[in-house]
Amino acid sequence: MTVINNPVKAGVYGGQEQSGTNYINHSKGIMSWLLTLDHKRIALMYMVTVLGAFLLGGSFAIILRTMLFARAVTETPITPTTQDLYNQFFTLHGAILVFMFIIPAVPGILGNMVLPLMLGAKDVAFPRLNLLSWYCYMGGGAFFLFVLLNGGLDTGWTFYTPYSTSTTTSVTAATLGAFILGFSSILTGLNFIASIHMLRPKGMGWFDMPLFLWALYATSVIQVLATPVLAITLLLLAAERVFGVGIFDPALGGDPVLYQHFFWFYSHPAVYIMILPAMGVVSELIAVFSRRHIFGYSFIAFSSVAIALLGFLVWGHHMFTSGQSAMTNAIFSLITFSVAIPSAIKVFNWLATMYKGSILLATPMLYALAFIWLFTIGGLTGVFLGSLSLDIMAHDTYFVVAHFHYVMVGSMLTAFLGGMYYWWPKMFGKMYSEKVAKIAWFLIFVGFNMTFFVQFVAGSQGMPRRYADFIPEYALYHQISTIGSYILAIGLFVVLFNWIHSLRFGKPAPQNPWGGNTLEWHTSSPPPHENFIEDPPVSDPYVMGAWDYDEAGECYVYNEAKAAELALREHH
Amino acid sequence: MSNEATHNDHAHDGHDHPPHLAHHYETPKQQFESGKLGMWVFLATEVLMFGGLFCAYAIYRGNHQDVFLYGYGALDKMWGATNTVVLLASSLTMAWAVRAAQLGKQKLLLTMLFLTFMGGVGFMCIKGVEYYAKWDHHLFPGTKNAFYFEASGQAKYPEALEHAIAYIDSKNTGGHATGSHAEHAEMAEHGDAESTASEAAHAEEAKPTIVHAAFAPPADVSLIKPPPSPADHGVVNSAIDNAGISETRNAQHTQLTWDSLKPEEQKKVHLFFDIYFMMTGLHGIHVLVGMAVIAWLFLKARKGVFGKDYFTPVDVGGLYWHLVDLIWIFLFPLLYLIH
Amino acid sequence: MTDAQAATHDDHHDSIGHISPPFVLIGVFALLIGLTVLTVAVTFVDLGSANIWIALGVAVAKAALVALYFMHLRYDAPFNGLILVCAFLFLAIFIGISLMDTGSYQQNIQAPLTVRPAQ
Repeated sequence: MTVINNPVKAGVYGGQEQSGTNYINHSKGIMSWLLTLDHKRIALMYMVTVLGAFLLGGSFAIILRTMLFARAVTETPITPTTQDLYNQFFTLHGAILVFMFIIPAVPGILGNMVLPLMLGAKDVAFPRLNLLSWYCYMGGGAFFLFVLLNGGLDTGWTFYTPYSTSTTTSVTAATLGAFILGFSSILTGLNFIASIHMLRPKGMGWFDMPLFLWALYATSVIQVLATPVLAITLLLLAAERVFGVGIFDPALGGDPVLYQHFFWFYSHPAVYIMILPAMGVVSELIAVFSRRHIFGYSFIAFSSVAIALLGFLVWGHHMFTSGQSAMTNAIFSLITFSVAIPSAIKVFNWLATMYKGSILLATPMLYALAFIWLFTIGGLTGVFLGSLSLDIMAHDTYFVVAHFHYVMVGSMLTAFLGGMYYWWPKMFGKMYSEKVAKIAWFLIFVGFNMTFFVQFVAGSQGMPRRYADFIPEYALYHQISTIGSYILAIGLFVVLFNWIHSLRFGKPAPQNPWGGNTLEWHTSSPPPHENFIEDPPVSDPYVMGAWDYDEAGECYVYNEAKAAELALREHH
Repeated sequence: MSNEATHNDHAHDGHDHPPHLAHHYETPKQQFESGKLGMWVFLATEVLMFGGLFCAYAIYRGNHQDVFLYGYGALDKMWGATNTVVLLASSLTMAWAVRAAQLGKQKLLLTMLFLTFMGGVGFMCIKGVEYYAKWDHHLFPGTKNAFYFEASGQAKYPEALEHAIAYIDSKNTGGHATGSHAEHAEMAEHGDAESTASEAAHAEEAKPTIVHAAFAPPADVSLIKPPPSPADHGVVNSAIDNAGISETRNAQHTQLTWDSLKPEEQKKVHLFFDIYFMMTGLHGIHVLVGMAVIAWLFLKARKGVFGKDYFTPVDVGGLYWHLVDLIWIFLFPLLYLIH
Repeated sequence: MTDAQAATHDDHHDSIGHISPPFVLIGVFALLIGLTVLTVAVTFVDLGSANIWIALGVAVAKAALVALYFMHLRYDAPFNGLILVCAFLFLAIFIGISLMDTGSYQQNIQAPLTVRPAQ
């Protein structure tokens, strides 16, 4: 297996040597990007825009924390104008980061980049829809920019009625923006489902797929089944504002709690849209950097599906204090606890994979470990909040804020960064500075915990969320939290610097720097336009024995004799 | 949303690939099945999107049964049934178009696509006639609806309300309404027997009389009627029950009048129209999108693109059209055949 | 090159899709029209709450006919049918739980307090 798979023969440094071109320099000019059907280029376009949204939404977070810090160190009470401003900032912070960063980040960037490669395919099933999904993302983003410049938004990212039907801010534009972003999400999910069904190579059955694909599949199912309900919810909300259609507004004879049912039927599954792909990334990282076969493959695979399905049955736990009936509360509480089971299955299998492994603490692995830490805290506090009596007390306090930031931000963000570092050499053919990356990891890990762990304490003491003002008892918590958020922000900028620096000055990346056996490592870094020069060998993605470490090239080299031997053993 | 049209219509001409096979597929069959799978997944999203409206429908109907029983009187069962038949027929021609494409019968394909398109046109025209009739009776979606009440309990459009009550009462009771709106009911009944189009014309001339002469002053109308006494209620209910057993001919009219509605339900009647317009409106948009898809297929087919080897767009576009039909199959009994 | 089909799909016949014979198409259409007439006719008979269930039953039968024959589900990959069934299943969960809950608090819904005093 010839040229590409043998870096020694091929030249250690990836694609350029063999073919001269890769997907990045395959064609030139801005239109070759804007009209591209190549999943890898679409992934890069997603990367630029999603990171832009992250920067925007993240800076709102820093503004919020700064406002709270300022309040904590002064005696003067908050003016109504400042309060309005605060409402706008936390709303846009949430709406932009949820709809434009957390949901599309892993599927849009890493999924688009890696999924067809892992399938040994040339592209996703519907390349045009893939491009359309990016344009939907841009269209939705344009609406949010319009909102930003035209009166802002102060409803919270949840758009709860009846306030959202009466406020004068740009709710209609924001809902239309989220509606269009929903299409982007649906198209990505649709594409992934069809790709995984139809484009698997010969010899790759469902249980021979990398776990990242299982996670993306489960995510896609949620995207496809839940997002349309958000679409109709937002349409009804827009119709309510424009025509006075009174489905949700009690002043028009409607039912405001019904809005919450509609909204959370999408938005609870949506939190699994955020976390499931992250879990998929972590499953890859843990196995590769422990140099061990993943423990409990089918349990991890099925637990993804179980989380996706259970996710549809727990939306009411956002509504324990909304006036929902006691019986519904009890049912939702019970099912909520059961989500802990598949989540814990994953965590225990990751730990078991690491046990007696030869763990390499490279940057992606550090992020995977951070994920386990943060997800365990976030997940367990979720069990607290799922119990009815405690939720009545903790509802709408910083305890909830801390909980969902640990899951949605801490876990998802660390897995996303881990995945980015892991696939960065594949995406760009460049290595980043490991030292700088580790410093950034440390800043992010410390900064994140400092920011949000105190919020558990503040929340359990009763600090309500979404308040611009507070009594002096909470001042210390807010100060610590704000300082933590600055550290976190600095860490993220170091990451960005490291990435940009590597593009220009990084060492050329080898074909396989980590020794993973999923199919993307069987092509050059960066891959050629059509992904593979010849069919990659399909085998168990977690048997990595065929890759020998090459000291000189600091990379792994495919050993075909060993591979054949392993394949023979697998058959018996 | 017309993205389904873009499935599999590709530009890459592969190496030794058949002309219509995209470069990332191995065989035409794989491409065909991918296209179908993708479309089915898309249809699932459509089902759930409409599902939100069906959910709203179920909840308001479940909790305010009488509001729906009353409000549906404004809809015309026969137009609804006609539209059902039109849409079913266009589904038949669409299925036939797929068959024609599969057999490579170019002329038949074009004919069938044309007929399907005309089915869509017919459906939208009838829908237009129905909407026109609603608007003529001031039955708009949202706060412009005749049944809309201000938060203070005042009717926002007292005159339109009086007229709409007369119109619906007369339809619900088959012209035999008793009570304060009886005479107006009779007046409205006149126009009703005829087709909706001419009814609209009729209402045009009837309106001035209603407003100026026949009706009680607005101030009176705006007051919410006190709840009917339990005894009254009993009468109404037993009337409904009896109708079922003894007089099957009359049973088509549920005999629910404005006065028999509880005051809080009178305030919710506009919600029926909100739901009606949201459901039929969203469905109508889908019909328009489907028509655009069919027009696009027609233009492609005229160039002779489709044949035995390549008919995926026709098949997949057809699936979309059938789904639009499928949703109407549920909308029709839920909105027009409330009993 | 790479995208050899998954094991389940490697039946390399050239025939793709099922071609419906005319009598099936016309027969299904006739049945659909018959059911439409039936569902309208039933409304002229008062059967109490049974009416809605009959109407829905007829609608389900019609939808099944369209899906199975016009949309070729009967001859299609079973997974496509599963997608449709799943969509309806999740819809049922959504409507079922919402309906169960909303019924319990309807009487407590009030218009916002700010407009109350006007009464």
